[in-house]
Amino acid sequence: MSSRTGRATDEREVMLCADGPILLPGPVTVEDEDGVKHHSERPVVAVCRCGATGSAPWCDGSHKLVRRDAGPRAVPRPRRSGSERPLEDY
Amino acid sequence: MRGAPPLPTPRGELSEALVAALGGRGVTRCLEPDSAADEALSLWILYELHHRGFEGVDDALEWDPALLVCRAHLEHDLEARWRRRARAVVTPAQQRCEAGEELAPVFFDLCETDTGGGSIASFLQREADLDQALAVLRQRSIYHVREQDPSMWTLPRLDDETKAHLVAIAADEYGNGDPTRLHARMWRRGVEACGLDGGYAAYVDQALPEVLEQVNLMSMLGLHRRLVPAALGHLAAFEVTSAVPSRRVARGLERVGAPEEMVDYYREHMVADAVHEQLAVRRMLGSLVAHDPDTLPDVLWGGAVCLLAEQATATAVLAHVGAEQESAVA
Ligand SMILES: [Fe+2]
Ligand SMILES: [Fe+2]
Repeated sequence: MSSRTGRATDEREVMLCADGPILLPGPVTVEDEDGVKHHSERPVVAVCRCGATGSAPWCDGSHKLVRRDAGPRAVPRPRRSGSERPLEDY
Repeated sequence: MRGAPPLPTPRGELSEALVAALGGRGVTRCLEPDSAADEALSLWILYELHHRGFEGVDDALEWDPALLVCRAHLEHDLEARWRRRARAVVTPAQQRCEAGEELAPVFFDLCETDTGGGSIASFLQREADLDQALAVLRQRSIYHVREQDPSMWTLPRLDDETKAHLVAIAADEYGNGDPTRLHARMWRRGVEACGLDGGYAAYVDQALPEVLEQVNLMSMLGLHRRLVPAALGHLAAFEVTSAVPSRRVARGLERVGAPEEMVDYYREHMVADAVHEQLAVRRMLGSLVAHDPDTLPDVLWGGAVCLLAEQATATAVLAHVGAEQESAVA
């Protein structure tokens, strides 16, 4: 956030949240790994980085369940390591 | 005010006296409440004068000195009780911050504190039948018809940066200029599709004392300039504890065959609040505490109040709808 002052007016800011999603200004279209395009009209969107979301490509807070399963302080990696479904009986 | 709800049914001596005074049948008498239900309803009535008022009640009574004295008396007890209750959650978080840790991880961890009771979202996801789900929605309506309204009272009292971040979250809650996307409106569409009353304060006469107290706490934090940091801490904790439970509720409502409009309300929140929680903790609280480090203890207190009040509500609501845990309640 230190670059707030003096940036060009059309410059967009994205934010990588520790242990969480990436925040992008919207409206935006995100193309996923399979080439499928997802559009959102929200002023800000959160894109999943942990791979555990049930609403891909958008974050739905599931990184917290991954973190909890992996033990305290574990940092979720950008790619999913296994096929675990943290939200049981989802 | 046009469209204001009728006065609720009294639940004890104090609420009886307040309803009489507001209805023009007697002077305000600030009696001791005779039960938790009487106390919670009385304060709910007094706060409602600041929200929409009541049908047939003079709007000028919002600033009636005798009623304000009565409100202050009840608020004093409410705040003292929740200061005590939250201490065990606040203290370790505060110590981590004082040891130099960043607010965001500390606050997210605080929101995962095990408060030791059942969860309404998990109950709806796995066990509830349709009738039980509807009984839960009736209790929830007390909160959802207003959603973020009480935290909007903080707006004129904030520094520029914190204000901008709060408004970014609020814009989404209030539909980004489209009234049909307003969350409270989506709630109304959902419950009406379920055959329930979507009116403002429709189920207040059935609301459990814990449910009334939960919304009273939000009104208290929002109305007092002194408690601005707690109001924003509460709002942030609400967002942090919303996305994952909303997904559980959506699954549960699908399972019992609730109408799409109702499921949509929770689907909207599982994605919207995953954004809001980041904006609320990292930007809004981040800028508030950077602007004035002395706000930290009350930011944490507000977050703890949110968690603990939800736990009290969950315990009461689960017992009320006859969820399994009821047998464990003495
Ligand atoms: Fe909302
Ligand atoms: Fe939200």
